[in-house]
Amino acid sequence: MVAGRITGRTGTLLVPPRPAPLRLTADQGWGHRFQLAAEDFGDGAKLWRLTWALALADIRLRYRGSMLGPFWLTLSTAIMIGSMAFLYAGLFHTDIHTYLPYLTVSLILWNYLGSLITEGSTCFIASDATIRGMRMPLVVHAGRSVVRNTIVLAHNLVVVVVVYAIMGVHIGWYALWAIPAFCLWLVDGFAVSVLFGAICARFRDVPQIIASLLQIAFFVTPVMWYAKVLATHRAGQILVRFNPFYLILEVLRGPILGEPLTTGTVAKAVVGSVALVALAAVGFARARGRLAYWV
Amino acid sequence: MAYLAAVDVSVEFPLYHSDSRSLKKTLLGRASSRFGQDARHRPVVQALRGISFSLKSGDRLGLIGVNGSGKTTLLRTMSGIYQPWRGHIMIDGRLTSLLDPAQGMNTDLTGRENIALRGLFHGFSKTQIARLEADVEDFADLGQFLELPVRSYSTGMTVRLAFAMATAVRPEILLMDEWIMAGDARFMEKARARIEAMVNAAEILVLASHSPAILAEWCTRLMWLEDGKIRAYGEPIEVLERYLPPSQFADVQGLLEHGPASSALG
Repeated sequence: MVAGRITGRTGTLLVPPRPAPLRLTADQGWGHRFQLAAEDFGDGAKLWRLTWALALADIRLRYRGSMLGPFWLTLSTAIMIGSMAFLYAGLFHTDIHTYLPYLTVSLILWNYLGSLITEGSTCFIASDATIRGMRMPLVVHAGRSVVRNTIVLAHNLVVVVVVYAIMGVHIGWYALWAIPAFCLWLVDGFAVSVLFGAICARFRDVPQIIASLLQIAFFVTPVMWYAKVLATHRAGQILVRFNPFYLILEVLRGPILGEPLTTGTVAKAVVGSVALVALAAVGFARARGRLAYWV
Repeated sequence: MAYLAAVDVSVEFPLYHSDSRSLKKTLLGRASSRFGQDARHRPVVQALRGISFSLKSGDRLGLIGVNGSGKTTLLRTMSGIYQPWRGHIMIDGRLTSLLDPAQGMNTDLTGRENIALRGLFHGFSKTQIARLEADVEDFADLGQFLELPVRSYSTGMTVRLAFAMATAVRPEILLMDEWIMAGDARFMEKARARIEAMVNAAEILVLASHSPAILAEWCTRLMWLEDGKIRAYGEPIEVLERYLPPSQFADVQGLLEHGPASSALG
């Protein structure tokens, strides 16, 4: 009787379309590797709703049970910027109407960039149970890290809006250039996650090295200070001209702050991104089949 | 028609995260046959060696062997998680694997949230996800626990949820590791009926287990793995006769002869 009832229920089973036959083998040359990596990317792109839901769940879980929830992100950024404003205006007598918007945008973007890199490097390690538990496109894990950090950024943008309103910053049409620049960030963030995520899964010291390097990068990159203070310093100019962090930061920060970008900066940022994407494609193609063994 | 086949599949685990020089000495010093070196002289564990078989619709394969004989590795390789180092695997049909109880679940999320995620994994629409939820809710029979984080479930409850999720989306090929035995008797009966219905619909089951009774009952053929190689392959009763100590084998035999259909699992 029990069996009958259950057999009856099996009639309601969902039947998704049948997948194409698979043939799993070891990598057979680089052509095969790139083909498999491209398939992974294509299958992963189809799962964008899953990627989004996973990222959203990450944020929700981080703040589950707290009253403000994800708005702690906004609040903690606001508190930091507020105290900075007080410090700089009161103690250093800086022209706060230009410096505060600069600092706000810079710090928020830097935090975004930093977490894209650090969380991207552990994107596969953090999903080890899923990777060893089911066959799922690996790019989903990289996408999840990018989307999660972008949701954090969206919460922090509220602070930018408030600071702009208080400081009476004027925004022109030029700010629309931030949109393509932001797309460039998303592409780079994804490429970094895929590349560093794979490297870090294999070499477990690399996440620590990356975290240390990011700290140094924060100080040598014009985040808290203006690039123009180094205008007369020859060696210092190198920090600005060939610093990938500065270039990628500037293409997005410039439009938001209404500061003109030079063609050189944009060109270097684009070329750098193309190189990064190419490197990520090669790295991912090489590591894809081995990742389940590494994590 | 579903189809699952392996042709001369080998899998090696490189031992990266260990002091390879002293490890190499220890491992190679012993005459242990499973530790070797790869082309670049790194120590590796040969988890699977030259595995070949082919299964078609209606086949139910049981994997048996001592701990570490390669059962789970073989299931992972068939699932497309571990890429084979040599040889190839052919899969034709929708494959679902149940490898560990909380697999693919975010244990901090509630049961219901996990079901929704699984639906998205299958690319389901909202209405399909609602149907999936209803089906899993009905089958797993977790009641209010479905609204609690999976972390707070007992092992048996996690198993029920995982099994219900894996089988609610009808798999054509189902791979299961032995933890399914963690369910209580009533659930085991339901699970059996569901698998029966699935296999009757001409599909494939691969089950790794240490329970001779369950293997003898559920499977149409057995594969005995030893040191990553196939030691024996054939009719369950024949393989069990060679695998089990005589006293245990007599028990299993007795069980099979006395109409096991409903009693053996209880």
